Amino acid sequence: MNKPPLLELRDISYSYPGHNSPLLNDVNLQVTNERIGLIGPNGCGKTTFFQIIMGLLRAQTGEIVLNGKTMEQEKDFRILRRTLGFLFQNSDDQLFSPTVLEDVAFGPLNHGLTPDAAKDISIKTLEHLGLKGFEERITHKLSGGEKKLVALATILSMQPQLLLLDEPSNNLDPATRDRLITILRELNLAHIIISHDLDFLASTCSKLYTLEDGKLSRCEQKQIHSHEHIHPYGNAPHQHGV
Amino acid sequence: MIGEPFANGSSFLHKRDPRIKLIGAAGISLVMALSSSLIPAATGFFLTALLLFISRPDPARVLKRILSVNLFTLFLFLTLPFTYGTGNTTTFFHFSPEGLRMAFLIALKSNGILFCFLALLATSSTAHLGHGLEKLGMPRKLTFLLLFSYRQIFIIHQEYKRLQRAAMLRGFIPANSLHTYRTYGHLFGMTLVKSWNRAERIHQAMLLRGFDGRLIPLNQPSPTGADYSFLILLLSLSLILAGLSFFPLPL
Repeated sequence: MNKPPLLELRDISYSYPGHNSPLLNDVNLQVTNERIGLIGPNGCGKTTFFQIIMGLLRAQTGEIVLNGKTMEQEKDFRILRRTLGFLFQNSDDQLFSPTVLEDVAFGPLNHGLTPDAAKDISIKTLEHLGLKGFEERITHKLSGGEKKLVALATILSMQPQLLLLDEPSNNLDPATRDRLITILRELNLAHIIISHDLDFLASTCSKLYTLEDGKLSRCEQKQIHSHEHIHPYGNAPHQHGV
Repeated sequence: MIGEPFANGSSFLHKRDPRIKLIGAAGISLVMALSSSLIPAATGFFLTALLLFISRPDPARVLKRILSVNLFTLFLFLTLPFTYGTGNTTTFFHFSPEGLRMAFLIALKSNGILFCFLALLATSSTAHLGHGLEKLGMPRKLTFLLLFSYRQIFIIHQEYKRLQRAAMLRGFIPANSLHTYRTYGHLFGMTLVKSWNRAERIHQAMLLRGFDGRLIPLNQPSPTGADYSFLILLLSLSLILAGLSFFPLPL
């Protein structure tokens, strides 16, 4: 028998109360180890889509299946949340502990690790993301880019198998953005990334989907093409397609 | 906005277990608050001053706290000696030594309790005090409320500041007018709504990371021998202070 996909969405439909047209209309998707990019206009339900996958919102119809098991109650979603990591659009909503180390260790502690083990894994995760020495920093005093990376650390410390990233490259300077791209490429984890930053998606994803009018559709394979674009910091030498 | 300027340090008091300090501070401040004669109050005042000295705080910050507390006692010194006591209140100018003594007693007590809190409680971070309280048996929900109020008030304040700046940048100048009151109403309302939304998102973030209503502290040190000796010392001090109140003392 074939191994079931890690995550499968079957005919998911969702509409906000009082709205006529559904935000999501019979959405189907299978993910095992793909790296998926998701594009769509503002307000088309991309974030809602993630919230439904994580069980923060319940779809009106359809099923969410994790490793062949249908998620029905809050209890099921608790298991799902150990397997899937969701990076919020706004890192300020994701970081709530006083210090970086406490925030990164929050998930592992809740999952029943001893304080020592949680500390260990948190320090390793921070080191892996190049955040060594950040342990005792105060979360709300970090810069925007640092917050994003620490928020990613809080999720990676729970060792998920699939990441959902909601506009991760927003408001990042080019250096931090490149760092995030490198990290995501090296992680070797399946992910779904929502973004309007097509270059970012091109360097981190192998499949592209669009979400428009409640429908999820696969984009054509990437094509080689030329386009005009602006380079940050104008005259500095740069390379393409690396 | 709310800093913890006294919590960073490496003195003997900073290293003590927050539970020990909580019990000690409760004991000493209770006894001091209840003492009704000058000698126990003064003894307590000097002992807590000694504790504060051991915690080696920043003198400028301590002075600031002392000033803000004594603004209140100043008013007591200005009013109590002339209003306290029964007897001769018919004359226009009335001076009561009893009232002066009372003002002095209150000043000793309130400063002593201030020193005690600065030395014992302010030398731990709010997070550690919260966890300490929980381990001492305070209900989990209250601990949670304390820790999160502390963390979120800062964010709510930032949110409010941001809105206020936005209003200022569009030419809003507060004045005694209906427009001003309405604008402030909108600012407060908007802060409330935004904070509510943020609280909801943070709750979601916590659920996603497996939160089930229990905050697990990362550092769980057990009280050491030094901690227990210090607890015994603090409790004996409280007992001695309490005992002094039962002796017929001249003051």
